[in-house]
Amino acid sequence: MNLFQDYAQPETIDEAVKILSEAPENSAVLAGGTDLLLDIRQGRHPEVDLLVDISAVKEMGEITLEEGWIFLGAGATHKQIITSPLIQENAQCVVEGCGLIGGPQVRNVATIGGNVAHALPAGDGTVALLALDTEVQLASREGTRWLPLIEIFAGPGRVTFDRGQELVVGFRFQEKAEGEASAFHRVMRPQGVAIAILNISAWVKVVEERFADIRISCGPAGPKPFRGYETEGFIRGKALDDNFFSEASRILGEEVSLRTSAHRATKEYRHQLLPVLLKQVLETAVSRSMNRPYHIEDVNHE
Amino acid sequence: MNELTCWVNDEQVTVPVEPGEMLSDVIRYRLGLTGTKISCSESECGSCTVLVDDVPVLSCNYPALKAQGKKVVTIEGLADQGTLHPLQEAFIKNGAAQCGFCTPGQIMTAAALLEEKPEPTRDDIEYALNDTLCRCGAYPAITNAVLAAAEHIQHGKPIEFPTFDFEGELEVVGQTVQRPEGVKKVTGEAVFADDITFPDMLHGATLRAGIPHGRILKLDTSRAEALEGVQAVLTAEDIPGRINHGLVIQDWPALVGVGEKVRYVGDAVAVVAADTRQIAKQALSLIDVEYEVLPVVTDPVAAREPDAPQVHEEGNLLKHIKVDKGDIEQGFAEADIIMEDVFTTPAYEHAFMEPECSIARITEDERVEIYVGSQIPYADRDQVAAALDIPGDQVRVRGPLIGGGFGGKEDIAGQIHAAMLARATRKPVKILYDRHESILVHPKRHATQIQVKLGLKKDGTLTAAQTELYGDTGAYASLGTKVMGRATTHSTGPYIVPHVKIDCYAMYTNNPPAGAFRGFGALQADFAIEVMMDQAAEALNLDPIAFRRKNALRTGATTNTGQRLKESVGLLECMEKTEAAMREHLPEGDLFRSRPVPGEPDKRRAWGYALAFKNTGLGEGAPDKATAEVELLQDGTAEVRTSSAEIGQGLVTVLQMITAQELGMELDQVKVLLSDTDLTPDGGPTTASRQTYISGNAARHASITLRNEMLATLAEKYDLAPEEITFKDGTARMNGKTLSFQEIGKAMREEGREPKIAYEYWAPETTPLGEEGDKHFAYSFAAQAIEVEVDLKTGEVQVLKTIAATDVGKAINPLGLQGQVEGGIIMGLGHALTEEFILENGRVITDHLARYRMPSIKHVPRVMESLIVEDPTAEGPYGAKGVGEISTMSVPPAVVNAVYNATGVRFKRVPVDQDWLARQLQD
Repeated sequence: MNLFQDYAQPETIDEAVKILSEAPENSAVLAGGTDLLLDIRQGRHPEVDLLVDISAVKEMGEITLEEGWIFLGAGATHKQIITSPLIQENAQCVVEGCGLIGGPQVRNVATIGGNVAHALPAGDGTVALLALDTEVQLASREGTRWLPLIEIFAGPGRVTFDRGQELVVGFRFQEKAEGEASAFHRVMRPQGVAIAILNISAWVKVVEERFADIRISCGPAGPKPFRGYETEGFIRGKALDDNFFSEASRILGEEVSLRTSAHRATKEYRHQLLPVLLKQVLETAVSRSMNRPYHIEDVNHE
Repeated sequence: MNELTCWVNDEQVTVPVEPGEMLSDVIRYRLGLTGTKISCSESECGSCTVLVDDVPVLSCNYPALKAQGKKVVTIEGLADQGTLHPLQEAFIKNGAAQCGFCTPGQIMTAAALLEEKPEPTRDDIEYALNDTLCRCGAYPAITNAVLAAAEHIQHGKPIEFPTFDFEGELEVVGQTVQRPEGVKKVTGEAVFADDITFPDMLHGATLRAGIPHGRILKLDTSRAEALEGVQAVLTAEDIPGRINHGLVIQDWPALVGVGEKVRYVGDAVAVVAADTRQIAKQALSLIDVEYEVLPVVTDPVAAREPDAPQVHEEGNLLKHIKVDKGDIEQGFAEADIIMEDVFTTPAYEHAFMEPECSIARITEDERVEIYVGSQIPYADRDQVAAALDIPGDQVRVRGPLIGGGFGGKEDIAGQIHAAMLARATRKPVKILYDRHESILVHPKRHATQIQVKLGLKKDGTLTAAQTELYGDTGAYASLGTKVMGRATTHSTGPYIVPHVKIDCYAMYTNNPPAGAFRGFGALQADFAIEVMMDQAAEALNLDPIAFRRKNALRTGATTNTGQRLKESVGLLECMEKTEAAMREHLPEGDLFRSRPVPGEPDKRRAWGYALAFKNTGLGEGAPDKATAEVELLQDGTAEVRTSSAEIGQGLVTVLQMITAQELGMELDQVKVLLSDTDLTPDGGPTTASRQTYISGNAARHASITLRNEMLATLAEKYDLAPEEITFKDGTARMNGKTLSFQEIGKAMREEGREPKIAYEYWAPETTPLGEEGDKHFAYSFAAQAIEVEVDLKTGEVQVLKTIAATDVGKAINPLGLQGQVEGGIIMGLGHALTEEFILENGRVITDHLARYRMPSIKHVPRVMESLIVEDPTAEGPYGAKGVGEISTMSVPPAVVNAVYNATGVRFKRVPVDQDWLARQLQD
């Protein structure tokens, strides 16, 4: 009845993947441990033979800018992220998503890699990263590979890669360019678990008063963290003052798969929140991109 | 086994570490630094916060080995060589430590904040302390303390006590003073049950039924007994004496035996003592139990149906409680309109920060000694003795500090089990519940359904009130008969009603038991009647305050039980004060109108209003007494002793103040000893807002008697009239001569007079329902106004302001009083907005703190005005009556009424469900 039997704290990625690949079957990667250790304690995750704590891997804790890409190490803590000038400048949605998680005690240890690898459909950090078209880097003994973040989710709590062999080592997204900005928002239920009833993130590129490009992500909107490609396609190219919003909300409402979760939220309420949150993040992101207030006038929820 | 080397409070330590061990285990159990507290073990509460390399982390969920080579600072490392850190001093002076269990975590988190932001704003403080929970609701004081500490560190501003406009004129009573145990609570020295260990101590664990209703067919403990490290496995067969416990009705088996029924998921089936907690828990999984699963009943209304599954052989009805006054038919006949509605309230969880812990050991003289944070030490003693079939005086219950109670530490938890295991193993045994077990096992607040029917004249005069209440007392009676009795008598509100008929059914179900919880039935009743009163005011087109004032109880009025209120009814004054304060915020127009929010088209604001009244003391015929002993010690200081419990409310302070006041001593010359059945006389239960009144009176009379004896000795010895002698600052002054109390004590002992007085104080007599006479000897009153802001699109509700005027008779301990009022309101906000104990077919859904959300600092309104009315009650100490419960009661109806006023959507249940609200607003 121990949460874990053995504990390893590698200092390099090579060392980490070597330990991981040689570890007994019931092993797990520990980042901050805020989710994993609770899952074990509360019986949602089997007890672990070897806990591979990656928090001492320096290269995984870095946040850097190289050749137009922001690299965000999977081991970066929420605290590191929200106080990083690079992230503040280039990824406001990530700052907002990560800043809402827990208190300082949790933000000091909980990592973005842990948030993503936990694969919850409504992970705040995950949804924020999705709006940035983020790519994820996985490392194994065979080497490393990059793939779009959205491709690693297989279902609630499940990923498409082998957690026993591959390790999430970092993320990258493009440096913010002129006219680009992002925002994140969520609605919580005052009772019960601290998982968003609905969260949403938007990234926009505004050129000459038009949505030159846009990305929308939200959760929980299906078994996996969700990108609203159809809604993006509809909004892309629209002028800021076009009457696009009610139709965009309608498309997003059809594109998502919202459901009732017992003791948390009804499907109807989630559908009701969707346009409210969409409006909010679009207004915020566009205002940021132009450095002046932007209000969507066309709001007809029915 | 691994080894951990790190720096703890600037000292390098190297300790062995077991697999799975957390940093908190190392700190608490290997290093003995017990200031770091474990409350939830699920990263929800922040009590275990320590600094690792200068940043706050949750040590209960931080693998010990992660701290390898790092610098750890615990609460014990914060004070600088005995000088309190400014935060520690500010916490004491602002009353930010109530029960004190969360205090180390609050201070450590705040300390890290001040390092990062030396001059934090309120927003910064709320952001930083958002996940560091305080069930006493001391958040306003905590915020003030952090601000004061920052001012002190940055600008040298002295840290001072807050000032209150209700401070009194006496030397000690009514003055702002600090808690005697405050320093220990801010430094981590404070000892709670789990902080106590003994050599060779074993750890106990309890096998729970896990099903809500079933009969045990087979119980086999042999595999568990065979496990290495297991020292004893006990079942019902091993109980030598009375199987059942219970404070009023003994219907709750300490262990359920073969052939007997489990009646809720938390029923205990077997207990294990083992060398470690891990082994004990592992042993539980090796106990084989076979059940015949029985159908369950989980709703109190359904439980009254004739074909409902029977929880107890005697049936599901625990008690039918009735009140009849006047002629209800006549009352409705006289009415111009009749209104009727049904309200429901859910179960609520106390969620005291300190989970239950009992340690039992056999002393050298073969007695059983139990360390437990209990609200009723003598009841624990007697119930343990009955189970063990030994005389009561063979059991000693010793109370360490108690990390919150709120009514949830009145019944037996692990006391009997620990005692049985200690006797079986001849070793000390500790049974510590984790948060999950705590939530599963102890009694909750009664869920209720309350139907209210009012008869009214057009001018708003109440002619009749008929109510029907169902209370879910769960599997066992606990205090169900009393709680629902209070719900019954409070169900027509603090109003004059000539014709009343009430029927209340306290029903057994297969839910966890329900028992005492701050507000004790009266809270549920207040929700129903106070929402109904707003509906009635609207139907009659009357102002909600004027309508209530017309019917409000006042001196000379008669309650629904026929009790004529002779004095101390400060309700009208509470109403005046609250209304005047509301007018300060909203000078013009209807106080309760829905107001737009500038710049926020989707939001509306409105005030809501509710009254409350609450009895002080047990009442309804229950003998209500307390004994306190006051002794002048050899060194000239005094000690006051009673078994009553300090659960954060400030009883230690109150008893110290009263004794110092009456003996003419300085506060620090008076020590207080509580909760020890060998050393302290019986103060009765810490419940029913009764301790300041009852134990306070006992201490007061004991002190007065001792003072008179001291005077008699002096008068004789120096041939003076007693009037010529005054006591001040612990000395006697007479004829220009000063004599220390030490010398007086010596003189008394020399003449064979022991300077020690035990006084048994009996509260005024009350009578049971249905008999002539007063049901209660005092009532407190309150008028509450709450302003909410509602987001019409999302349904989110935020409380902006609270104004509460409370008639407490007399403010004895202003700082403690403020804490009780603010903390009570914050708990009420939790009941209104964040809390709901959810069950499905008898199974607990909200079985962790992560699912049962108590208010955090971010729920605290920016404006909290606590107004005090002092309408004294003649028999109370200095006029005081109870305050522990009333401040919580009127919050849920005031919030619900405010939400209605803002949006037009009426809730008839709590908590406010934003999902439902938003959907109503959409339609």
